[in-house]
Amino acid sequence: MTTTTAPHTVPGHEEAAQATPSLARRTLQVFTGNKLALTGVVLLVLLLAFSYLGPLLYDTEQTHTDLSQANLSPGTDGHLLGTTDLGYDMVGRLMVAGRTSLEIGLAAGLLATLFGTVYGAVSGYFGGWVDAAMMRITDAALAIPAMFLLVVVAAIITPSKGVLILIIAAVAWLSPARLVRGEALSLRNREYVQAMRMMGGGGARAVFKHIVPNAIGTVIVNCTFQIADAILYVSYLAFLGLSIPPPSADWGSMLSAGITYTQNGYWWLIFPPGIAIVLVVAAFNFIGDGLRDAFEVRLRK
Amino acid sequence: MTELQLTDAGPGTPAPLLSIDDLHVDIASRDRTVHALDGVSLDLVPGEALGIVGESGCGKTMTALSVLGLLPPGGTVTGGRILFDGQDLAAASAPTLQDVRGNTVGMVFQDPLTSLNPTMTIGAQVAEPLLLHRAGIGRKEAWARAEEMLRLVGMPQPAERMKNYPHQLSGGMRQRVAIAMALVCEPKLLIADEPTTALDVTTQHQILELIDNLRQTLGMAMILVTHDLGVIANRVDRVAVMYAGKVAEQSDVRGLFARPRHRYTEALFAALPERAADRGTELHTIPGLPPSLTVRPTGCRFAPRCSFATQECREREPELELSVEPSVEPEWGLVGAAPAAAGQDAEAAKASPPSGHRFACFHPVPYGDAPAEQVVTPPPATATEPGEVLLELDALVKEFPLSGGPFARRRGTVSAVGGVSLSVRRGETYGMVGESGCGKTTLGRIVAGLEEPTAGTVRFDGRDLSGLSRAERRAHRRRIQLMFQDSTAAMDPRMRVGEILREPLVIQGVGSRAERERLTAELLDAVGLPRGAVHRYPHEFSGGQRQRLGLARALTLAPDLVVADEPVSALDVSVQAQILNLMRELQRERGLTYLFISHDLAVIRHLADTVGVMYLGRLVESGPAEQVYAHPLHPYTRGLLDTVNVPDPAAASGGEREPLRGETPSAAQPPSGCRFRTRCPFAAEVCATTEPPVSTPNAAGHQVACHFPLAAPRLASAV
Repeated sequence: MTTTTAPHTVPGHEEAAQATPSLARRTLQVFTGNKLALTGVVLLVLLLAFSYLGPLLYDTEQTHTDLSQANLSPGTDGHLLGTTDLGYDMVGRLMVAGRTSLEIGLAAGLLATLFGTVYGAVSGYFGGWVDAAMMRITDAALAIPAMFLLVVVAAIITPSKGVLILIIAAVAWLSPARLVRGEALSLRNREYVQAMRMMGGGGARAVFKHIVPNAIGTVIVNCTFQIADAILYVSYLAFLGLSIPPPSADWGSMLSAGITYTQNGYWWLIFPPGIAIVLVVAAFNFIGDGLRDAFEVRLRK
Repeated sequence: MTELQLTDAGPGTPAPLLSIDDLHVDIASRDRTVHALDGVSLDLVPGEALGIVGESGCGKTMTALSVLGLLPPGGTVTGGRILFDGQDLAAASAPTLQDVRGNTVGMVFQDPLTSLNPTMTIGAQVAEPLLLHRAGIGRKEAWARAEEMLRLVGMPQPAERMKNYPHQLSGGMRQRVAIAMALVCEPKLLIADEPTTALDVTTQHQILELIDNLRQTLGMAMILVTHDLGVIANRVDRVAVMYAGKVAEQSDVRGLFARPRHRYTEALFAALPERAADRGTELHTIPGLPPSLTVRPTGCRFAPRCSFATQECREREPELELSVEPSVEPEWGLVGAAPAAAGQDAEAAKASPPSGHRFACFHPVPYGDAPAEQVVTPPPATATEPGEVLLELDALVKEFPLSGGPFARRRGTVSAVGGVSLSVRRGETYGMVGESGCGKTTLGRIVAGLEEPTAGTVRFDGRDLSGLSRAERRAHRRRIQLMFQDSTAAMDPRMRVGEILREPLVIQGVGSRAERERLTAELLDAVGLPRGAVHRYPHEFSGGQRQRLGLARALTLAPDLVVADEPVSALDVSVQAQILNLMRELQRERGLTYLFISHDLAVIRHLADTVGVMYLGRLVESGPAEQVYAHPLHPYTRGLLDTVNVPDPAAASGGEREPLRGETPSAAQPPSGCRFRTRCPFAAEVCATTEPPVSTPNAAGHQVACHFPLAAPRLASAV
């Protein structure tokens, strides 16, 4: 193509030349304007710092038990929140357990979202037989109670961190898959996807360049809820005694251990892990809500 | 202002039914306030029809909505009065307004689908206003009155229809129901906001005719809000032209169309494809966009887009003033004496106040001038001589199965395209017209490769497309591109314009990154947009700008053929003219071939060299544009031409016109033989049994598929 006519200035289009901030930046602006969402972020950062940086400032013995120090009430011998039934310092224990809970929760939530998104986008975009077959698989998987599946699998295999992540993700991917599939079903009929087909583009480009990016709002929001759910799943499993064996710990297993001593009035064994779980789940939910709002207003002028 | 109006309304005229006086409306959103109406004054006497026209966003709908207190969220009346029957509706309480709505003022909205409740029967919905507003009326009586009303709006078998739900009716029938709802309480005023914009030409005609008749029988006044100058020309007594929240010009309809005074009105008329001298002429355009109204502009609001603007226009705001030219008198005499205007028209003229012709312009169109003079541009009319056949369709058929999914049983087929053969030559514009559902869009999508034909062949540049391998087909894609009706929907909202324009190049693997960027910049130049536009997102552009982007993207791969599916039907007249000019210019520069699909006969006539007319999946007539328009051979083509609203009140009332009656049958059960026979005035037995053969009774190249093609040449249509 040779150089075309000189740019004819069409009056009235001058303002169209100005660059505008990216969508991501504007989304961030709306997000940071949301107080509850910011609270969630702060809470999450504090919990992460507590779990990962805490041990540097507050070093405690978390491998060897010391039964002589068991079940001390808060404040005794410098133990801020007392000690567990095996004599571990409660604060230090919370830090170590928090790592496990957060790591498994984040990894399982992200993995489930990633797989579910691609699965759903492919199913929705290609439609027809592909969609019907792929969706029957998810329907079948959804029909099995998640808890039952987790308990059975965890009982057969000795859980490690990696195994737990895989097990939880294997249950959790179903909901993002169905969500994204619904979005993809409507997105594939959008004219910009047809326009891309007009240019000769194929399915991979449609799914990864157009469908997934346009479903990203739903995906990210759902991801935060998935992470929160995954942290809860870890806790459930641990509560049932099916988590990573000691000396590892997570907040769920701490809770489980504490329950034994409810009748003895050892409240410090129950409240701290319980509150930690509530805080982290709430933090992710706040962030999710904030993101949803941010993505909704994004395209408004 | 008010004083002045009241005095020149004269003593002999009836008191106005509705008097909007210096109305100001603000609409506040999250971060800004739009001054949507800024001092609008309008009067309406009982029984009068007032049209409000203007580009989108000029405040015409706001004016109508504020009468009923139905402003959108954030909208408030900040000043002025709305006197209706002696009551100030602007200051009225919510219960008072509720009593007025649907009772003394009826309203018809644009979309009959969303203005009816899908879960209520027709009867219940038409009877609802009666039950709300007439205290003494029982259910039985309300139903009887509703049925009577449905009969009045021309609903066949109203008693049975009462039990139907909205989805069981066609669009035209739904709009009839909406009208029945608005009229069942016998209001004194009917407000119709774009009542026919969502409908087909033939349905549109029927609905407007119906509103007209009902207005006469019920003696009510009407405000008709529309962007369509053709609709306004034929259906109202007086017209108010609005621009940027103000009334720019107000006049009786004939005076306005014969002698527009405001430069904006003049420019609007000049942009109409109907007014262009011939196909070689560039359309007049109005550069730029209406102001956004977040700040009150100083001076005349039209000044930035007006070629006659002077310093004075930019500094002072012109007031609405009476047109005082001496020639006003003969003009009025002429209107009264117009023979074509039957008794009703003369009566309406008598009843309406001699409001005169007002306009707000410092440099009006002088009286001596012929309206909207033509400036013929020098460049050659046709660029390239139509060459060899580029695209050839042979007995193309497309059927869609009627079923509910991959496992559901097939319940029948919809025949979208029922055997169409045509050929498009290189370098020409093939215009395809027809009503919605006639299969023209499906045809375009098959040509563009978005749909596979059920039967028949598509030959492009001599090659049968169905015989292509996968790789060949992929490479072939670049030679045919599609331009969408709605460029907003056709562009990924998460991509910047630069990425959108480069996408076709990336997919086809054309050029390096730098080359792609250079090409993108060139394309933006070619469609008249600044190069900086690559950094913005599609939603940040206006409709016209987005359509320019759509065209730029369609041209990225340097295609031979561009299929343009209603590319200008969502645009205002002034912007439409810009896009049509641009398309024509690019065709000349690049030797493009267009398959231009539209329902708008005037646009097709302006742009197309060859015209095809489709009806219910069949091509009923095709041939050179001049011949088809001057001498239509198929009764459907002629009916279409007769149905169109010509934006000229004088032309509309003259000559016998036979508008199309009835509705298009369902494509799931098309009529046997000739598909048009159910609506054809000349249908005979042979039409039901035999498919009409294609013949060329008039001239070679002018084909018609009809057993009884029209013989008598008729006067050139005004379209």
